[in-house]
Amino acid sequence: MSNHDIKIKVNGVVRTGTVSARTTLADFLREDCRLTGTHIGCEHGICGACSVEYDGQPVRSCLMYAVQADGHEVTTVEGLSDKDGKLSALQDAFCDTHALQCGFCTPAMLISAQSLLNETLKPTDEQIREALSANICRCTGYVQIFQAVRLAAERLRSGKEKVAS
Amino acid sequence: MTENKFKYIGRERRTKEDKRFVIGAGNYVADIARPGCLHLAVVRSPHPCARIAAIRTEKALALPGVHYVLTGAELEEYTKPLQQYLDTPNVRWYSLAVERTRYAGEWVAAVVADSRYIAEDAVELIEVDYEPLPFIIDPEAALLPEAVAVHPKHGSNVIYRRTFSWGPVAEDFSKADHTLAFRTRWHRSATVPLETFGVISEWGPGQDILEVWASIQMPQYVEQIAAALKMPQNNIRVHYDVDVGGSYGVKRGIKHTVMVCYLAKKLGRPVRFIEDRLDNMSGGDMHGPDRSFDMKVAFDKSGRINSLKIRVLDDVGAYPGRSPLQLGKPIGAIVGAYRIGSVEYEAISVTTNKTGQVAVRGFGQSPTNVALETAIDRVAAYLDLDRLEVRRRNFIRPEDFPYLIPSGTTYDSGNYPAVLDKALNLADYERMLVRRDELRASGVAAGIGIATCLEPSGGNSAFEGLLNPSNESTTFLEAVMVKVDRNGTVTVIINTTTSGQGHETLVSLIVGEELEREPDQIRVVHSDSLNGLWTHSPVGSRMAIMMGGAAAGAAKKLKRDLLRIAAHNLGVAEDELAYDSGTISVAKDSTRKLSWEQLVIIAHRQYQKMPAGMEPALQSTFVLEVPSGGNLPTPDGRIQMYPCHSFQAHVALVSIDMGTGKPTILDYSIAHDCGTVINPHIVRGMIYGGAAHGIGAAFYERFAYDEGGQLLSQTFMDYLLPSVHEVPEIRQTEHCTPSPLTSHGQKGVGEGGYLGAPAAMASAVNDALAPHGKTLDTLPMRIRDIWECLNLA
Repeated sequence: MSNHDIKIKVNGVVRTGTVSARTTLADFLREDCRLTGTHIGCEHGICGACSVEYDGQPVRSCLMYAVQADGHEVTTVEGLSDKDGKLSALQDAFCDTHALQCGFCTPAMLISAQSLLNETLKPTDEQIREALSANICRCTGYVQIFQAVRLAAERLRSGKEKVAS
Repeated sequence: MTENKFKYIGRERRTKEDKRFVIGAGNYVADIARPGCLHLAVVRSPHPCARIAAIRTEKALALPGVHYVLTGAELEEYTKPLQQYLDTPNVRWYSLAVERTRYAGEWVAAVVADSRYIAEDAVELIEVDYEPLPFIIDPEAALLPEAVAVHPKHGSNVIYRRTFSWGPVAEDFSKADHTLAFRTRWHRSATVPLETFGVISEWGPGQDILEVWASIQMPQYVEQIAAALKMPQNNIRVHYDVDVGGSYGVKRGIKHTVMVCYLAKKLGRPVRFIEDRLDNMSGGDMHGPDRSFDMKVAFDKSGRINSLKIRVLDDVGAYPGRSPLQLGKPIGAIVGAYRIGSVEYEAISVTTNKTGQVAVRGFGQSPTNVALETAIDRVAAYLDLDRLEVRRRNFIRPEDFPYLIPSGTTYDSGNYPAVLDKALNLADYERMLVRRDELRASGVAAGIGIATCLEPSGGNSAFEGLLNPSNESTTFLEAVMVKVDRNGTVTVIINTTTSGQGHETLVSLIVGEELEREPDQIRVVHSDSLNGLWTHSPVGSRMAIMMGGAAAGAAKKLKRDLLRIAAHNLGVAEDELAYDSGTISVAKDSTRKLSWEQLVIIAHRQYQKMPAGMEPALQSTFVLEVPSGGNLPTPDGRIQMYPCHSFQAHVALVSIDMGTGKPTILDYSIAHDCGTVINPHIVRGMIYGGAAHGIGAAFYERFAYDEGGQLLSQTFMDYLLPSVHEVPEIRQTEHCTPSPLTSHGQKGVGEGGYLGAPAAMASAVNDALAPHGKTLDTLPMRIRDIWECLNLA
């Protein structure tokens, strides 16, 4: 198996490494970068627990090789809070509505929901459902996750409106 | 809603755990990096039953990076078989197949290598010579005397069979105005956590301690590791601070653990095994109940049900372990929420060549509840009565509590009519009826599902002795320690892993309530199995009752110590003191007082001010036995199963596309009564999440085997998990009938959603099929099954 030198910008920090051609992006993030917030649930692209933001779009890091991400930008759950560790509006809303139980699907659920909020702060229920349908949660029945996304959107909207006025 | 008399309990507060999970800082087993750790992968049998003639490992061992290949023969030599809970000495279960395989997917050999990638390469280089043998897949066929035995030395496939008879069943049937009979089928499914099972072990030769980190939710885990490895239990340290990525009953990886521990000790290196999804689905021993119920109901012309005859056949797969006991727990609520005077219950557990069954949320109660609730709907249909009316006529009435059911359990408290009414109000039932009929008029099939469920909670082991008379253990305790340090901060030590139930929140609220200290300032830590106390793990909806109760007990003891110190120093009797948020004053003269800080200083630093003979410092432990526990069954099989009994009512509207058979849940309301709510967020999450699991079991999830013994649903493309498209925004409301048996009136809530939802969905589909003259009593009710009902004659 050939080895490759790669350079990936992860959460704003350039990470370099030498990986086997078959090393998945998920394994590179978890094992080489020790960013263990990205979880592996099925390794066949269904459960969505390994989702990360890749050049601004959510992708399954279990279905990508690390070498494919060479030269690209990746955001993981560890990159969602600000530099001082302040929770993002979405993370904060997840805590307020208890949008999780075991926490295993949560990082990727946040990645998917954040991608939606990056596109619109006025998501319809159908848009929220579509965004969250990329991720399976076995604990919550999704209700409180739905509530969290609505709450975060509402807070972000009112925050923006305040800045504007 | 009754007024909340508590300061912290029942308030809308954030949980303690959520923050670490939203920043990706959970500590799951796969996140734990031990220096020099080796990785394990398994060889899976392609045959449902075959003699293992030879295993050739030379090529695998020659691969660079491969350290070892373990087979069943070696394990059989050095370890003991894994525990069976029934007296079945000839059912021998090891981590790897010994001499023969007993299901397709069973692990035959394990490779240890520098990485999982290399270990999987090596798996492909191992050559196994199999000699296929006859096998048995159908559970009814497995019962027949001529059937091939999965464990030939056991003599048959029957692992358990007993007919219980509680009350005058024959008389009630002979006197009844009417009887009816039907069969329900609950196919194999499970709660399937997103995190597979994983375990890491490391042998510390200097200390002679075997370290274990595992994604575990299991009673008696440490003692079973010790027994299998023939090792003193105090040589094993299970770390309970591992976050478990979902369990819902199934995380019982004892066979994984024994294999990994054996290898870690033998190789002198840390070894880790994180199942991949295929390992997990095909051979991880995490499939749930697989049952058929033959039901007979005796009732009068008003719809009052007098008696039930239940015959249940459960397919436990190749290695039963604890799973036959899942026929035992339902005995503790065998009449559901209803005044049914007598019951006959024939419970049969049978082995087949499938992966072993394991505990699943509700421990056998959910399939049983489908059968019970179907009985109510059938009686209503037979008499042309309203389904709600039949339920109301049969409900145990609020004034009947405490209520003794025929099988020996006393229900502690409840108000079932009130909870049902709340569910109907929430659903706007009258309007729902109109909407259903409008849907039908527009050409779609539509039905309303009604279901109730009893949720026995407080997790006891009474079914162990009931199904296995040689087992006289009745203790199923839980322990908690509370301590106050020299600076006055409070730490609580709990003794189990958590898989999403919010134990840290639970005990911080209860200790905070008792000591009147801010819960956010209370630290809760998970011990390990050597430095902590005892647990029987979070099973059977028990932790609000058991861990919460133990936490309350420990906090009360600590508070008594504070009062004793204050009384000594203030020169008054303890009953003359008033306690307020940690400050203790003389009740009649509040200027004479000692603050929390002053009391802590006395306890930790000023022994001269301590009452004579009192231990210094501030700490207390409390070990709680299950309330109402400690009893052995009567010879006719009556026993108090669990102490507390929560209740739920589910009302749902489901439409079905006539062209495809696809069901859509348009509206779903649940009312629940779990006594005092400790944390509303956690309770709601359990309700929603449990119901989502139930929706999966009702419509989508099935571990299907073909006639050749092959598992057809090994990935999430075949085993379908409900997404946010399939689970509606469920609405819930609560009712509170406190339990008289618990510290704050709380009951359990972990399982009820899963107990009610499958019955509610079955009820809805059958209501939709009724105008078409069809019934469907097999779960999951797949789209194809529903379509066939609607479209085939």
